[in-house]
Amino acid sequence: MNRSITATEICKSFGARTVLNGIDLDIQKGEIFGLLGPSGAGKTTLIKILTGQIAQDSGTAAINGNDSRKLSGDDRKRFGITMDNFGVYERLSCYDNLKIIAGIYGVGKAEIMNALRKVGLEEAAKTPAGKLSKGMTVRLKLARAFMSDPDVLFLDEPTSGLDPVSAEEIHRMILAEKQRGKTVFLTTHTMTEAEKLCDNIALLSEGRIVEYGRPCEICRRYDHQRRLRIHLTDGNDIEIPHDKDAADMLSELIISGRAETIHTTEPDLETVFMEITGKELSA
Amino acid sequence: MKNIAVIFKKQIRDTLKNKMVLIQFLMFPLLVVIFENVVKIEDMPEHFFVKLFAVMFVGMAPLTCMSAIIAEEKEKNTLRVLLMSNVKPAEYLVGVGSYVFVMCSAGMAVFAVVGGYSGTELVRFIAAMSAGIILSELTGAVIGIFSRNQMTATSISVPVMMLFAFLPMLSMFNDTIKSVAQVTYSQQISELINGIGDSGIQAESLIVIAVNFVLAVILFTVAYKRKGLET
Ligand SMILES: Nc1ncnc2c1ncn2[C@@H]1O[C@H](COP(=O)(O)OP(=O)(O)OP(=O)(O)O)[C@@H](O)[C@H]1O
Ligand SMILES: [Mg+2]
Repeated sequence: MNRSITATEICKSFGARTVLNGIDLDIQKGEIFGLLGPSGAGKTTLIKILTGQIAQDSGTAAINGNDSRKLSGDDRKRFGITMDNFGVYERLSCYDNLKIIAGIYGVGKAEIMNALRKVGLEEAAKTPAGKLSKGMTVRLKLARAFMSDPDVLFLDEPTSGLDPVSAEEIHRMILAEKQRGKTVFLTTHTMTEAEKLCDNIALLSEGRIVEYGRPCEICRRYDHQRRLRIHLTDGNDIEIPHDKDAADMLSELIISGRAETIHTTEPDLETVFMEITGKELSA
Repeated sequence: MKNIAVIFKKQIRDTLKNKMVLIQFLMFPLLVVIFENVVKIEDMPEHFFVKLFAVMFVGMAPLTCMSAIIAEEKEKNTLRVLLMSNVKPAEYLVGVGSYVFVMCSAGMAVFAVVGGYSGTELVRFIAAMSAGIILSELTGAVIGIFSRNQMTATSISVPVMMLFAFLPMLSMFNDTIKSVAQVTYSQQISELINGIGDSGIQAESLIVIAVNFVLAVILFTVAYKRKGLET
């Protein structure tokens, strides 16, 4: 069985407001999956359902084949999670923060140090969590999610509000987990993050998954114009249709040395998202 | 059991760093040591301050600490992390409750030593104080469950704790207040402690404490059923 996270026909409403309206997902072991959608689309709600924090109105969800509504203590040990509304004990040191979770999961000092090392917080082991920078706090939360060495990680907007350098560090840690064969389910507002990290993404809009696939495939799918943009040595750009007729022109430009760069004009994810939903992704 | 111990240890580690809670545990035990040694007034009943402050301690410390700890965990979003990691709400409450009980017992020991209790007197003192601590903890837990954050918790716990902690003192001076105070557990605990040297125990005290206990448990169950530990 290679399925890590599955969802079938998940629906969820809060009062009269339908947030999720028939969500199907099938996430394979070892992949980084990105859930994208504008603020309020229901990304966090879906994570909560998948991890058994709230119940769906209908449909089924499972992690490692275990029904999300009936997760046992051992099932929970097999996934790690960080959400933006998860806090840390500000007065306690980083080490002591992890020690609490270590106690619950029954793992020891070696695992705590290992988790701190993974996120580069060994030096700060004794620092009170309240004194950490924003990026370091995110890393501490990541370390907490790593504590039980879980197979699956749920990361709800792990880089939101971080500077590019801190975000980059988090990206490296996420990729390192993938290297170790872990499955990562992450949500993000940032298209570039999704393009860089994710094997597959889903665009969530108005309660439904409106697009699913590899980021570059999705972009190609929305390349309606199919054109080539050529940057010339004289500084000008020209666009030509991406078809047979282009070949002569291209070879001429290349032979004469006038073409500096050649690009296809498929839209980026941001543009695709705008086209599908008519909404901007990043608030 | 393991999770209860984890919560308990976490609280122990936080004790010295959490000024707000630390003060609650230390204030009255320190005051009683100072007052009993420094203040000497003619005709003052023996160990007047032990009896006075012990009741205030029981009315205030467990109640404030319970509500403050629970409310802070909600406000700082740490409680949901524990629950997510499969700590059961009951385990959490028992963990925090036993921590507060142990800390208050340390304070109680100071009172017992300063009061010079021994033998049956000591047993009666411990029993009365323990009953008071448990009742105050239940009340504090109810407040913590109903509060979203520390601000709300404080604004509810301060008047409630004033009521329980100060009614017994005020009722020394005013009979009307005393007749009202009779129905509160703290007044009865005050009477038990003041009557510790007497041979018998007033049935009224035990009944009022029992009724208070039943009420607190009902209130707690209702609060817990309705709100759980959700924020
Ligand atoms: N407990 C709740 N009660 C009522 N409404 C809720 C509740 N939780 C979420 N909602 C609503 O559900 C919708 C989706 O919320 P959710 O937090 O899942 O969005 P999101 O995609 O994670 O947004 P963001 O990018 O801002 O984190 C929002 O309109 C929100 O107001
Ligand atoms: Mg969210």
